Amino acid sequence: MAKLTSEQIFAVIQEAFPDEFVEVGQGVVGDSFAVVKPEKFDEIAKFCHDDSRLDLDLLVCITGIDYPDDDKIEVAYNLESVANKHVATVKVHLPRSRPDVPTVENIWRAADWHERETFDLVGVNFVGHHNLIRILCAEDWVGHPLRKDYVIPETYHGLKNVIY
Amino acid sequence: MSTTASEVQSGSKIKTEEMLLNMGPQHPSTHGVFRVVIRTDGELVLESQSHIGYLHRCFEKCAEGNNYIQVVPYTDRMDYLCAMMNNWGYALAVEKLLGVTVPERAEHIRVIVGELNRIASHLLAFGTYALDLGGITPFLYAFRDRERLLKIFEKVCGQRLNYSYVRVGGVTFDITDEIFADIEAFCDYFDPKILDEYDNLLSYNGIFISRTANVGVMSKETAINFGVTGPSLRGSGVARDVRKDQPFGIYDRFEFDIPVGSGEMGQLGDCWDRYHVRMREMRQSIRIVRQAIKDIPDGPFCDKKAFRAVKPKKGEAYAKVEGARGDVGFYVVSDGTNQPYRCKARGASFCNISVLDHLVSKGDCMLADLVAIIGSLDIVLGEVDR
Repeated sequence: MAKLTSEQIFAVIQEAFPDEFVEVGQGVVGDSFAVVKPEKFDEIAKFCHDDSRLDLDLLVCITGIDYPDDDKIEVAYNLESVANKHVATVKVHLPRSRPDVPTVENIWRAADWHERETFDLVGVNFVGHHNLIRILCAEDWVGHPLRKDYVIPETYHGLKNVIY
Repeated sequence: MSTTASEVQSGSKIKTEEMLLNMGPQHPSTHGVFRVVIRTDGELVLESQSHIGYLHRCFEKCAEGNNYIQVVPYTDRMDYLCAMMNNWGYALAVEKLLGVTVPERAEHIRVIVGELNRIASHLLAFGTYALDLGGITPFLYAFRDRERLLKIFEKVCGQRLNYSYVRVGGVTFDITDEIFADIEAFCDYFDPKILDEYDNLLSYNGIFISRTANVGVMSKETAINFGVTGPSLRGSGVARDVRKDQPFGIYDRFEFDIPVGSGEMGQLGDCWDRYHVRMREMRQSIRIVRQAIKDIPDGPFCDKKAFRAVKPKKGEAYAKVEGARGDVGFYVVSDGTNQPYRCKARGASFCNISVLDHLVSKGDCMLADLVAIIGSLDIVLGEVDR
């Protein structure tokens, strides 16, 4: 199939999931992205992976971004099609009090570690993940370091944290 | 390969049982601090579980506390064997937010240093891979040639490993004609070496082939599904290269091929294929460097304004480059201040090594094959843990 622009990809997703699609967003500068509702994100992801027009078979990156002022956590998925050579960014917005989003590890196995990392550092709960444990921080680490309200601990197992 | 230890022992009174072993975190063939817990039946590996994070230095947290220019040195220390590409990936993402056009000369210089760095990285991969499998000599040959490259980098920017050379808006120093002569001399010296020395020394060595062919076979579908990129993906026969598919910088102007694995020595996507893609890639890098040097124009080597103050407007951008190990991507979110609101780094090795447990789980992998698979994926733990 042919190479599509991000906007064309978003249109295909919107056509298939009109109720789940929220908007196409873009900052003052930078890339555009699609925002979808989190509840059925696994179905949307499966569609992105399987649909022959999209064929987004490579999950490149998962990023969690914390916005305490807007009381939301964003999770951005960077997707790419190896055969069609097009890319798209799809986002979900989650409430900070309950950042739940269905796991996509059954669709892209790559998501296994990416989701664990996002859970570890940003504290997003990927519902249905088979092994959602910390991956980069120590097992007994407390808190999620990339939350904006995270307080850097002064000691860890009696070792003093030096803050310059 | 398919005989299990208990079958070997059958008939005798020797009792065998499965054993749980820790390989790493301090193990020479894991290329850094990487731990694999393996369940073994004699020499046979039945299952493995990877543990990472020993080298986690909170790059993303550090990036949020520094301004855009101060983040650059942190990117060096991720994939420290191919630091130019990391710098470049970060610079691309921020340039996308700023809307800066990089001067022509800087674009050419970026290509030249990036490709030379790729060769240096592949040379190290070549040398240490042989070392993992018990051959010491190739390592010495590889480091002899890598040393020449590091000397060039030292002349270019004063550093041998962590360059911080490619920055937002251009590069830090211009390359003089004397250094260009050095680089051209290196190309002339190195190009025939790959075929004459390296291939003869290691690639077609019988012992090396029997250690790597048909070992750790990764199908095309598995590789893509696990997010494997770079030479490891191309070893499975997928001609995906960011330089061709979504060209960054000025890569669309150069002529080069994408080497892919063909199952020359065994099944498609085995360790030998992954290894040999790297060897062939070095020749292509030389080709690109030669073209870039030929076309390089005079002019400024950086955008002075972007060099001094980086303050993008609100927005977010994802930029990726083809590093020596695969996609190096940066997701940078700007809130309009001079510090990134969020800076996520996607390391190629992080995704590449996640496939290890799957490759091992087929049940035909010996303990020594595990070492061969880890080496063929060519990981840098600085990039896995960031």
